[in-house]
Amino acid sequence: MTQNKIPLDDPSSGLPSECQAQPEPKDSSEVDSRRDFLKTSAASILGAAALMTQSDDAQANIEWAEHFQGNYRLMTEQEKAESRARLEKRYSAEYGKEVTVDGTPAKEGVLLGYALNIRKCIGCRRCVKACVEENNQSRGQKTGETIEWIQVMKMARGEFSKEKMNEGYPEGLGIQVGGNAYSPAGVVLEGEYFYEPKAVPEKESTYMPIACMQCEKPPCVKVCPVRTTYREPDGVVVIDYNWCIGCRMCMSACPYWARRINLTTPVLPKEAMNPKTHYLGNRPRMRGVVEKCTWCVQRNRVGRYPACVEVCPVGARKFGNLLDPESEVSQILARKNVFRLKAELNTFPKFFYFFD
Amino acid sequence: MHKLMSFAPDYIFYILKGGIKFYAWLGFLAVLIAFALYGFYLQNTEGLIVTGLTSQIHDGLYFANLVFLVGVAAGAVTIVFPAYVYHHKAMHEVTVLGEMLAMTAVIMVMLFVFAHMGRPDRLWHMIPYLGIYNMPGSMLAWDVLVLNVYLMLNMVCGFYFLYVKYSGGEINKKFFMPLIYISIVWALSIHTVTAFLISTLPARPMWHHSMMPIRFIMTAFAAGPCLIILVFLIIRKNTKLWIQDEAINLLSLIITWCLGIALFLTLSEIVIELYARTEHANGLYYLMFGLHGLTKLVPWFWGSLIAMLTAFVMFLIPSVRTNYKLLPIACVLGFAGIWIEKGMGLIVPGFIPTPIGEVTEYYPTMIEIMMSIGCWAIGFFILTLLLKGAIGILLGEVRYGAGKAKKSNDVASGAKSAAYEAL
Repeated sequence: MTQNKIPLDDPSSGLPSECQAQPEPKDSSEVDSRRDFLKTSAASILGAAALMTQSDDAQANIEWAEHFQGNYRLMTEQEKAESRARLEKRYSAEYGKEVTVDGTPAKEGVLLGYALNIRKCIGCRRCVKACVEENNQSRGQKTGETIEWIQVMKMARGEFSKEKMNEGYPEGLGIQVGGNAYSPAGVVLEGEYFYEPKAVPEKESTYMPIACMQCEKPPCVKVCPVRTTYREPDGVVVIDYNWCIGCRMCMSACPYWARRINLTTPVLPKEAMNPKTHYLGNRPRMRGVVEKCTWCVQRNRVGRYPACVEVCPVGARKFGNLLDPESEVSQILARKNVFRLKAELNTFPKFFYFFD
Repeated sequence: MHKLMSFAPDYIFYILKGGIKFYAWLGFLAVLIAFALYGFYLQNTEGLIVTGLTSQIHDGLYFANLVFLVGVAAGAVTIVFPAYVYHHKAMHEVTVLGEMLAMTAVIMVMLFVFAHMGRPDRLWHMIPYLGIYNMPGSMLAWDVLVLNVYLMLNMVCGFYFLYVKYSGGEINKKFFMPLIYISIVWALSIHTVTAFLISTLPARPMWHHSMMPIRFIMTAFAAGPCLIILVFLIIRKNTKLWIQDEAINLLSLIITWCLGIALFLTLSEIVIELYARTEHANGLYYLMFGLHGLTKLVPWFWGSLIAMLTAFVMFLIPSVRTNYKLLPIACVLGFAGIWIEKGMGLIVPGFIPTPIGEVTEYYPTMIEIMMSIGCWAIGFFILTLLLKGAIGILLGEVRYGAGKAKKSNDVASGAKSAAYEAL
């Protein structure tokens, strides 16, 4: 295989044009028009008060202020900045390094899309590892303390064989009229995603990575009772972790099992914590809230590829602007055979599978 | 106004006063509640990791109890409906007890919501204007709405009726009857919306079918009256209030029909799902026979089915359902069977396998069980007090102007009568 011959992309160079975002200052009057005095003024006063208090217990004050902040999407620009500053202060103290919490908004004229070449995937699961490291997921020992946003499903190739022609009916599948001359082939949802082979790809296996599909019609957003999860203008579905009530309806609604609940305070070692964060992306989460893939919103908003795209040794992962006909994903959509997972559910994923 | 001012203290003094049996019962419940509070403390310091929930199976015992109790709340309409629509006399006398049960069940639902939430401290985010209330998009928001309105309706109807009885006035039918009719329809709505809560999720094929609302309502109208009959029999035995046989017999008849239809719907689902045996039947298959060697829920399913079938046969035989020694057994079987079917048997296999095909199992932890028992204990605590107050007023023991006479009476008869009245 070619896995070691392909150099990893330098994150700072060779980016396609659609990925290079110049943060545009947003029209402030437009933002202010969405201000809701009733909802947010109390919160901002509390927040400001907490920041100004020079007591010993600054940490507690920050948490107190965080507790009364409004929904991020409805905040004014100033409140958003205050909220991020609060978090930066808290995280920096907590992790013993300078943590930045970015708030770069979606760029206009961009609709992000993802394409994955399933023929190329070798099941090395480097994307899984890179994702965990980039996005500050919990990585404890106990069940429920380990969170991964990507699953690379390993599926048996399966076969139809002459020897099994007379073995009778397949078991466990109810009243049967068929034969049994096969072992499962191409059954996506019978795969496994925890495996530690000596070398990949394994001969008898094919691989199918699954993560959040960033649906255009996301069922998770529809069911959220407090609108803490929403679709950003660039098409990415995000969560305001500070507004989530942990009801887990979104997890029930997701047909791709893309969401995770933080059953406990995430186990995130100080030295391994990635200090470059985004409010809607990889900032450390808290106990009891749901999290999900954002296509590395902290990266894609400043013109970088998601960590999984960058790390993929075989170049199976492609990412870019669907509205730009010259972008890689648009070219793939135009030229390759693509399909979407569970398209019959009308979720309209912006994550496409293709093969060549 | 003076009447209203004296209603509250009279009512409260009455419900707080009882015999040894009464206090022992409340004390026992209080111990269970204390355990639950400790569980709640753990859950909100350690997190949901103290439960058996995972990212794969993230709704468990709490959600199951929540769904079931919505049914119990809706089931109270089996008293209100015959009483006011068919003018069933025996039922009419005890309607208010049904309303008290409905209130309690809704309060218990809310307790289980608190237990279920990852961040109960942020529940204010759902309050309109203070937070964001996702209407009409979120089915959960609809559920919160219908449940709260149902609670209000039952509170207003129940306490208005009690107050009128207390003060010896006449019921203002122009005000009262519309509310009663609304509450009858509303009882259907709460369970329909709760069914929508899970059946509107195509991601979970086991739940995603249109039979769900009617199945919910049928099981609710079987499980609710089962509990009501048990409560009625206990009231008959322990208080002076005599609930007439006709009321109990009508409830048994309602259970017979509804349990029969519920069983029919369950069996239809089994035939339809297992005949074609698509991937979408995996959840049901796991429930009935196990999947990939994991069989944790199999005994629960068959146990529940046997309990429900036995209960149905018992209810079907007139000599059994009118025999008040055997009736409680049938009621317990029906209630437990439906609790399993609609709780563990419906919620948990909805997550097995996960949408990407992972088969895992769910084991409720001791803390979860403790919390669930505690929430039920809070419910029974509230129900005991509400029923005691309602019975006192129905019996005329609490009424306007009777305070002084009653006090001297109490001193005379002493603890003996109090013990007799104890629930």
